[in-house]
Amino acid sequence: MKTLVWVEHDNASVKDATLSAVTAAASMGDVDLLVAGKGVRAVAEQAANIEPARKVLLADDAAYEHALPENLAPLVVGLMQGYDAFVVPATTTGKNVAPRVAALLDVMQLSEIISVEGRKTFTRTIYAGNAVATVESHDAKLVVTVRGTAFDKAAANGGSAAIEDVSGPGDAGTSRFVSAEIARSERPELTSAKIIVSGGRALKDAATFDEVITPLAEKLGAGVGASRAAVDAGYVPNDFQVGQTGKIVAPEVYFAIGISGAIQHLAGMKDSKTIIAINKDEDAPIFQVADIGLVADLFKAVPELTGKIR
Amino acid sequence: MKILVPVKRVIDYNVKPRVKADGSGVDLSNVKMSMNPFDEIAVEEAVRLKEKGKAEEIVVVSIGPAKAQDTLRTALAMGVDRAILVQVDDAVEVEPLAVAKILKAIADVESPGLVLLGKQSISDDSNQTGQMLAALMDRPQGTFANSVDVEGGAVIVKREVDGGLETVELTLPAIVTTDLRLNEPRYASLPNIMKAKAKPLEIRSPADYDIDISPRIATLKVVEPPVRSAGVRVADVDELVAKLTSLGIA
Repeated sequence: MKTLVWVEHDNASVKDATLSAVTAAASMGDVDLLVAGKGVRAVAEQAANIEPARKVLLADDAAYEHALPENLAPLVVGLMQGYDAFVVPATTTGKNVAPRVAALLDVMQLSEIISVEGRKTFTRTIYAGNAVATVESHDAKLVVTVRGTAFDKAAANGGSAAIEDVSGPGDAGTSRFVSAEIARSERPELTSAKIIVSGGRALKDAATFDEVITPLAEKLGAGVGASRAAVDAGYVPNDFQVGQTGKIVAPEVYFAIGISGAIQHLAGMKDSKTIIAINKDEDAPIFQVADIGLVADLFKAVPELTGKIR
Repeated sequence: MKILVPVKRVIDYNVKPRVKADGSGVDLSNVKMSMNPFDEIAVEEAVRLKEKGKAEEIVVVSIGPAKAQDTLRTALAMGVDRAILVQVDDAVEVEPLAVAKILKAIADVESPGLVLLGKQSISDDSNQTGQMLAALMDRPQGTFANSVDVEGGAVIVKREVDGGLETVELTLPAIVTTDLRLNEPRYASLPNIMKAKAKPLEIRSPADYDIDISPRIATLKVVEPPVRSAGVRVADVDELVAKLTSLGIA
């Protein structure tokens, strides 16, 4: 099977989510990569080093700079003549583009696979992770998005793929990028952080969240996450949200602080290796999944913890 | 401008789904069903656009079993003008691609300026229908909307993306999928629930639109995820620190 993997990047470097998608694709067949963007030859050169890649297709055009799906989908559809599967990391960009490609190919997409079971057989979670479905596609071509936490990252170095220029129809003229408010954080990115400290509604307000959660995260070199309730209440921006419809994370250690543990939140973090919960409600559902639980007032316990760890 | 709002009837947000013992799927018998929460946000946004004078008519569509009429009546009670049910048999799951094809056929008749729908259903978690509909209509898409502003012949959509927020401008007609923070849906008042009963609800079938809804994906089995067993409780912060140290974390 010949697969084409969508390379997620910021027009400067390859994003980690790509490497998990490459691992999934490599278990399906041969792997070529697609780098589409503006001024992205350096990204293509970086992608060419990804271990199993045979070839990097480079589409360098202003129309692809902001990954507008109206412009990208026709490019991908043209390229898919030579491939059996389009494999995409399940990031917000990937989720935006892939179904548009699938519909144009008249293919039913397989969303957020967590394993490859056979030629056209995969597993994926449904109902906020409360069930795992084994699904088999009957379409001639496949369009698959890949949950990053479910696959190891392919080696970013060691490959030597050839770079080939490709082009598509360019700007469809129906959409325009206006602006982006991308948070610049000192903290590690959530989807690749080894340790995550997440706070919930119990943190009261934005200032308290910052006072209680940030020092612990800093001490541990951890990423900062939040429950939907904390994001809805405006304590932190939307990109902090861990859960069914936010980010799916699986760090080595996940601290759930003042988070009750709604099923939608558990869906986003229950594959973490070690879960530590601090909550004053001893009946909170979070304790049913936590490896280590501390029933305590977080406003006392968390600063004490921050002070006592090395 | 007319707004088309597709909605799906799904297991209620607060119900914990149970996998059937025979591994054929999730047990939906005797379970509370509601409008998909993201679709409820889409209905609310459409009603607000109408209240602001940006839209004249709102049409809600559902593709599902006869009982999806309840879901459509909920939308009508929230302020939608009329409803279309594309009815399928109770056990039939219509995949996003087929849903998008039916919606495209309806859009061809209704000519909406805007299609507003949820970014994903909380049942199959596919997150595909809006993007697929946009592709089939060959129109622009604004997914994961955090805010929606209709100005002249365009819609400005602020999108929730992995790194923060992104704003795009789309030429109408356009397709917008809703994220959680776009709005807080209203509760329908009792008088509006009564009024909704008199609003038009048309029942059609996929065959009326000449759409093949046979599935492209076979579900071979559905199982419970591995259960995480509860671990230990520690008495105080000192004991927690000791545990963390033994795990090499601190």
